[in-house]
Amino acid sequence: MKWLVICRRELRSYFTSYIAYTLLALFLLLSGYFFYSDLVFFVLFGGYMLPTGLWQFVFLDMRLCTLLVLPLLTMRLFAEERKLGTIELLWTYPVRDIDIVAGKFLACWVFFLVMLVLTALNPIVFYRFYAFDVAPLAAAYLGIFLLGTAFIACGMFVSSLTENQVVSAMGTYGILVFFWFLTWNEEAASQRLLGLLLRLSLFDRFYNFARGVIDTKDVVFFVVFSGFFLFLTLQSLNVRAWRGVR
Amino acid sequence: MIVAEQLTKRFGRFTAIADVSFRVGAGEIVGFLGPNGAGKSTTMRILCGVFPPSSGRAAVGGHDVVADSLRARSVVGYFPERVSLYLDMTVREYLHYVAEMKGVPRAQRHADVNTAMERSATGDVGHRLIGTLSKGYRQRVGLAQALLGNPQVLVLDEPTAGLDPEQVAEMRRLIRSLRGERTVVLSSHILSEVEATCDHVIIIHHGRILAVDTPAGLNQRLRHTSQIHLEVRAPAEALAAALRAVPGVLQVDCAPAEFSDAVTVTVSTSKEHDLRAVLAARIAAAGWALQELRPVTLSLETIFLSLVTQSDGSPSDGCAP
Repeated sequence: MKWLVICRRELRSYFTSYIAYTLLALFLLLSGYFFYSDLVFFVLFGGYMLPTGLWQFVFLDMRLCTLLVLPLLTMRLFAEERKLGTIELLWTYPVRDIDIVAGKFLACWVFFLVMLVLTALNPIVFYRFYAFDVAPLAAAYLGIFLLGTAFIACGMFVSSLTENQVVSAMGTYGILVFFWFLTWNEEAASQRLLGLLLRLSLFDRFYNFARGVIDTKDVVFFVVFSGFFLFLTLQSLNVRAWRGVR
Repeated sequence: MIVAEQLTKRFGRFTAIADVSFRVGAGEIVGFLGPNGAGKSTTMRILCGVFPPSSGRAAVGGHDVVADSLRARSVVGYFPERVSLYLDMTVREYLHYVAEMKGVPRAQRHADVNTAMERSATGDVGHRLIGTLSKGYRQRVGLAQALLGNPQVLVLDEPTAGLDPEQVAEMRRLIRSLRGERTVVLSSHILSEVEATCDHVIIIHHGRILAVDTPAGLNQRLRHTSQIHLEVRAPAEALAAALRAVPGVLQVDCAPAEFSDAVTVTVSTSKEHDLRAVLAARIAAAGWALQELRPVTLSLETIFLSLVTQSDGSPSDGCAP
């Protein structure tokens, strides 16, 4: 249960340092604004399919809010401990590395979940005026949750590589945006390569969810992507064996 | 309680320690003595499970630090050289967190935290954020976190570095109060500190153990002669001649003093005699003005030089097996 202790400490730290409030406000403001403007746009242009119309707009915009906010959330996870030197003490306690990784990951996960639950306020209010089909919305939420999970795992890995939080955030943006842009350059890639790139692109995987479609292959992709980076994080903690504490 | 056998740690091409072997019995206080970069911290970090050795093995309380790392770590309390704490927590919150991490049962946690705070004299700052504490207090919180969970072994990496003299005395008192009750390994680059607190001294230099001995034994081995430093207003030749005439004086070296017209003299005497009073009387009798007289204590550098030359020459009897 050591992971729970670590998770609690991380969450505490987010809330005492005002990071939590700032990021929460930023995320809710942006996603609220996007929801409003997308709704106005949808109504003005007389859209008729909520899943492919409104939800797709809303969630493709929310995806950007997530991309903006999560690396700022994960950047301190290990970088701050390395900078302060607290990680050395952490390693002398009877706790496994996997508990440390799990606890920190979980803290971000819980926080992200809270952010998402709060944004549900927008569709709930909307539902009172217009009783829509909930299933596609649920699919979209699952999609953004999985996407966020992948972002957190990736961000945590980059944070474990450096003691500089700015470098940590930048590096995470770099990797995530690269995975986003991967399929933009269709002209340059051959057909075969494009197929592979499409499969690897985080954001192309997300389109299905935004349209209200849950494809097992997409779910598996996000789980594997996240698992891969969690594994890398664990490996990067092992680096102390030959690089030393710092 | 602690066994280290041929520990070697390499970071890339750099060898931090090589073939370090030693044993520490239960209840002993052992000091690692060496200049910065000698490998003290590396050895201690291996004992505490921060990283594994490149080769060799170590065990704490009978638990191998690599194969049985979690159990070994649960019997060790570590005080790092750079005391780094979570600055955004209060002292009490932080210690509770550490107690949880060390697996102290819930029912016992509160009492344990109180005991640790009492022992480290941090009771009056329990509610304060660690970020607002002075360096001295942070060191004490660092010590409190090491004491939590009642570890049998305490590993203290330069526990008095950066403290003011009063705090240093307090810290030494605290360490001595642990004698017999806990096994303590501490490191220092100050000879007198190790002499004051430790049962055994392990001298380490360039990642290798040069000597293992008691403080008294070390003194015995190193100080074949003792030296007295004098500063006297007198003609150099006459002074030297007068001092050489004193029985027990082996050698007299004179030099003009740097900032006055006096002469500084280093007198080497045999170890058995304390000639300070005799020398002073002799100088006074001659009508010279004695401005300074003090015994020369061996600096760490001198000891290292002496040990290094010993180990370069004939094999030293006291070196680690």
